[in-house]
Amino acid sequence: MRVVGDTLLVIGALFAFLGALGLVRMPDVYTRIQAGTKAVTLGALAFLLGLGFLHPGWWAKLTCIAGFILFTSPVSSSTIARALYISGVRPWQARSTPAADSDLDR
Amino acid sequence: MKPNLLEIAAFTLLGAALLLGLLRMVLGPKAPDRVVAADTLSVITAISIVALAYVTQNPLYLDVALVYAVLAFVAIVAIARAVEGNRS
Repeated sequence: MRVVGDTLLVIGALFAFLGALGLVRMPDVYTRIQAGTKAVTLGALAFLLGLGFLHPGWWAKLTCIAGFILFTSPVSSSTIARALYISGVRPWQARSTPAADSDLDR
Repeated sequence: MKPNLLEIAAFTLLGAALLLGLLRMVLGPKAPDRVVAADTLSVITAISIVALAYVTQNPLYLDVALVYAVLAFVAIVAIARAVEGNRS
């Protein structure tokens, strides 16, 4: 039981780390939203499931936290993406001229 | 309790994830990058609080993590609305 829980804990933390790494490495705001939402949400759910294996008595609160993260993380990231798109941030293109979107040049 | 090697590795990875998110928040070129970094950091911080509950064997931190997740969600949506601008 403890080995399964620890393995899920490591998997969840690894996905959270990879999401944060994608947050640093991605070239654009939208790709950063994608990297920082999907990977970190999956990592959070795996982490909470592993902690449920380690502490079976905490399953009610862990299920509350997992369900809340599962519902609110996509909502908040899509709200951010919609706000950015409305406020005029254009998506990054790989082969764009530097003068056309120098405000997005990173 | 005494954490074994796998748990120490998991907590180290969580700390590294927090540092990477903080790096993007510090050197984000514009405000939207910082908002996205705050969105990611809020989820990672909630998970870190849950890990703290496991390390200290204290289930009170689970409530702290839940309330933190709720307040971070409300704050992120409010910031996104502010970024969106004064659109009726």
